[in-house]
Parts: sequence; C-alpha cells; structure tokens
Amino acid sequence: MKSVIADHLVKTYRNGEVKALDDLSLDVEEGTVLGVLGPNGAGKTTTVRILATLLKPDSGSATVAGIDVIKHPDKVRELIGLSGQYAAVDETLTGWDNLVMFGRLYHLGKSASIKRAEELLERFSLTDSARRPIKTYSGGMRRRLDLAASLIVQPKVLFLDEPTTGLDPRGRQEMWEVIQELVKGGVTLLLTTQYLEEADQLADEIAVIDHGKVIARGTSDALKKQVGGERLEITVENVDIAKTQEIVSRISTSATHTDVRTISAPVSTGSIALMEALRALDEAKIHPLDISLKRPSLDDVFLSLTGHVAEETVAEPVKKKRGGKK
Amino acid sequence: MKYVISDVITITKRQLLQLARIPEVLVFSTIQPVMFVLLFRFVFGGSISTDQPGGYVQLLMPGIFVQTVAFTLAATAVGLAEDMKKGLIDRFRSLPISRGAVVIGRTFGDALLNILVLTVMAAAGYAVGWRPTSGALSIFLAFLFLFMFGYALSWIGIYVGLAVKEARTVQSVGFLVTFPLTFLSNAFAPTTGMPRALQYFAEWNPVSTMVAACRQLFGLKNEFGATASSWPSQHPLETSLLYMVLLMAIFIPLSIRKYKNTSL
Repeated sequence: MKSVIADHLVKTYRNGEVKALDDLSLDVEEGTVLGVLGPNGAGKTTTVRILATLLKPDSGSATVAGIDVIKHPDKVRELIGLSGQYAAVDETLTGWDNLVMFGRLYHLGKSASIKRAEELLERFSLTDSARRPIKTYSGGMRRRLDLAASLIVQPKVLFLDEPTTGLDPRGRQEMWEVIQELVKGGVTLLLTTQYLEEADQLADEIAVIDHGKVIARGTSDALKKQVGGERLEITVENVDIAKTQEIVSRISTSATHTDVRTISAPVSTGSIALMEALRALDEAKIHPLDISLKRPSLDDVFLSLTGHVAEETVAEPVKKKRGGKK
Repeated sequence: MKYVISDVITITKRQLLQLARIPEVLVFSTIQPVMFVLLFRFVFGGSISTDQPGGYVQLLMPGIFVQTVAFTLAATAVGLAEDMKKGLIDRFRSLPISRGAVVIGRTFGDALLNILVLTVMAAAGYAVGWRPTSGALSIFLAFLFLFMFGYALSWIGIYVGLAVKEARTVQSVGFLVTFPLTFLSNAFAPTTGMPRALQYFAEWNPVSTMVAACRQLFGLKNEFGATASSWPSQHPLETSLLYMVLLMAIFIPLSIRKYKNTSL
C-alpha cells in the first residue's frame, strides 16, 4: 500500500512567474523510506509543505495514509510528524518545556505529556540538557529535539526536510543514527536532502528532483550504476601521462579519460584499486601530484541525468528561506 | 473543536513560561512605562500649568496608561513575526490543533502581560502623586477599558505580524502607527495648541477618546480637548467602546482568516 501519493502537483509563486513544482508526482510505499534528492530550489521544501498540509498546490492532488491532504487537512495532521530544515521549537523554553507543550497540543493529558517528553529526551540523549533553554543547544541537539517533537504521538508518516543541512560531520552522523533507529521501528519516511550520501545511507528508494520535476527514480544502487560509481583520479607531471594511463587501464573496468594532467577512471574495488594504483606508480617511479578516490556526488548524479551540474535555481522564493539560523 | 480551550491555554501558558525563562523581558517591559511616568512627571510636570486639583500628574497618568497599552499592537505583531520566522508557526500549523488557537493564545498572553504592566504603572503613578478621586467601581472600569483597548489593538498586531512577517520591519511599522497616534492626541498636552486639521484628527483619535474616558472615570474634569464640541470629546466613553467593538469585529475574523491562509 502507498502511504504517500503526490499526483501531478503544480505550485507557482509570484503569480506564475516562478514554478516551484512543475507536475511533480511521487509515492512512498508503506514502511519504507523515500529520499527526495535535489539541489536548493528544486522544489523539495515545497513538496513537503504541501504533503504536510502547510501549503495548497495550484493543481494536482495528494494523499497521506489514504487521506486527501487538500480536502481533509485536519485528519492528515493527526497522522503525520514534520521536522523541518530549521529547528521549529521555542528557543527561549527548555527542551522539557517544548516537548511537554507539544504533548499538550497533541491532546495528551498532563501526566502523559510529561511521561512522553521524558521518554523522548532519554531516547535522543537529551536528558542532561532537558532543563536548559534550546538556544544553548548545539545544532545537532536542536535537530534531535525538533525530531523528538515530531514523534510525540507515533506518526504514521514522517516528513524530514533536510534533517542534516548545516550540521557538522559529527552532528550529521548522530542524526543519521537516530533516523536509522526510527526506520527500524517501521515508520514511513519521506526525507529530503541535498546529499547523495545521506539518501544512500537512509533511503530505500531515491527520487531525484530538479526544477520541480522528478527526473529519476530508483534504488541507490541503480542510481549509482547510472552515475558510474567511484572514480580514481590521479594527477601527474606531463611526462608521466602515457605511463600512468597504461597503469590505470590495468586497474579500471573501462577506458580511462584524461583531462589535461588528470587521469580519471571508474573503479569497482574502491580503496583496493587506490592501493594497487599507488603500488604500480611507485614501481614505475612516478610520483603523482595528487591521487584520490572520488565518490559520486549530487553533481555527478545531475551531470549524468541532465547533462548539467546541480546549479542553484531560484525556483523557491527568497522569502521562503527562513534564514538567520545557523 | 472540543480542544479549543485547552489549545488556547497551552499557547498562552507557553508565553508566560517564556517570561519565567527570561525574566529580563518582563523587567524591561515594565521599566519602560515606569520611565515614561517619571520623565513626564518631572520634566514636563513643572512647566505645564493646569488648574486640575492634584496637578499635571492626574492628567498624565491616563495618557501614559493608554500609550502603554497601545504598544501592545507592536508587541503582539513582533512576537508573532518572530515565531513565524523561526518556523514555530509552521510546526503549530502541522499539528492537529484548532485553527484559531495559536493567535488567540498569543492575544491572551499579551493581555495577561498588560495586567501586570498596568499594575506596576499604577503603583509608580501612586508613588509620584497620582490619586484617582472617583469610586472603586469607576477606577475598576477605567482599568477594564484600558485592558480591553490593549486587547483590541493586539488583534491589529496579529494582522500586522502575519502580513509583514519580518520581525524588524514589524517593529518599525508598529512604532510608525503607535507614535503618531499617541502624540497626536490629548494624552500629554492640550489639543488646543495644534493646527486646526490636527485638532480634528486628535479629537477623533481613539487614543484621545480613551484618555478622555479614563480621565472621566478617574474623576477628573475632561481637560485637554474639552474645548472641542465634537461628538467624541463629548462622549469619550461611548466612542471608545464603539472603537473597541469595531476594531475587534473587523480584526478578529480578518486575522484568523489570514492565519489560516498564511504560508511563509
């Protein structure tokens, strides 16, 4: 059964001048994770806002857990959890205050709200900071609290809009662990992200969107196959190019490609290929200026799907970017 | 719908909790009006002559009370704009709560704060010689008028906050509206010294009618504007009441509708 269905959604801003969503359709199978991958302004946030009943599309329809989002937003709100790009909690209040308040707004009784708040604080390792105002929290802690607030009542469908954007690597790792834990619990999750690696880590399926449209869809493996997996990149002095190319062609699965002094080749064995290359270069007494293993990025996905890199577009109006948050 | 009241209480409580968590806000929101009381009392009080028994402070206090509650407009608008900017309003809108609860809760929170501020100001006024001469019921009625006026303006604040969205702009808009309104009135000086056109405006200004109504309820003769024979200056209580009812009748439905349709 499909838990989320977006059907030909269109949303324009500024009287049709800016097309945020241009006939976007997607769906999420119950109990699975869909990663919506795209650059800034591709329409990710607009999609989430429509599905979470915060925005009406110009045309098209959507259902969440079988309920029409536009006709019965109140019913949908009882079934979803939403955690946005910016921590949408009251920063002057403590973590405990916030979770109890949201519990009350979900109409749990007073003692049930307190109990649930304490459970969630414990689960997200925030018990020690529970009595401190949110504004003293680190970015990662804020996101975790924000996520906790969206889990007060077990939501049937969870929307996470760029849950790790702006976090440092450690915060991102912690957030991933928390989300993976949730996914094990069987929640249906729609997650937007700008990072291929994140979609790869968390999603069962990925929908790549650009200019308000889904341009590709599939499992992470399928997408990577399309992009070409990892690449070995070696930069050498001009005199060594020919010899290096010869070495690389022994390791790589397909023909090498030379860009001035950089030889780039797809490899399937990752770091093993890197070590092989280094050993061979060393034997040939070639000292590379640079050598690295490149994982496919969002840019690579876009390059292979659209022929252009993931440029920043202006499809989402500036006023929507509730800036100022770090 | 059966949760409307509990939702409103939760939202109101949140605002009171904010005050408990950052008591500085509470201190500064009461210091400012107290400062106005002292400044006007001791800077202008000596040079503005009045035959009012008890002196200028008797006329001044109603003016400052009204000015202070008028600033509720800006306070409500800024608070709401900040919540929107931080995405908190989006979070509220994604919850299964009654639609009006968030904005109604905010107006209640600001109204409760007004009670506290008015109490502190009354005490400050008393300390510098303000003595209402009417009975307890009239005095209570005056404060009820002030409370209701602040509450009505709070709803304009909701509308401004939702319409303007950017907290800093909201702040400027709030001051742009409230400063001329409070000074083009009978609050601090007689309107008789103003050019004719401004006098006309000042007499119909709700701030003037409120100030005149409070002066009347505190047992003063209706000075500063009493030379005018216009209807509002003759009937300050009725006009003020009319203004409040009118403002709420317009801005409560307008603001709630705007809230429902607002997207950032």
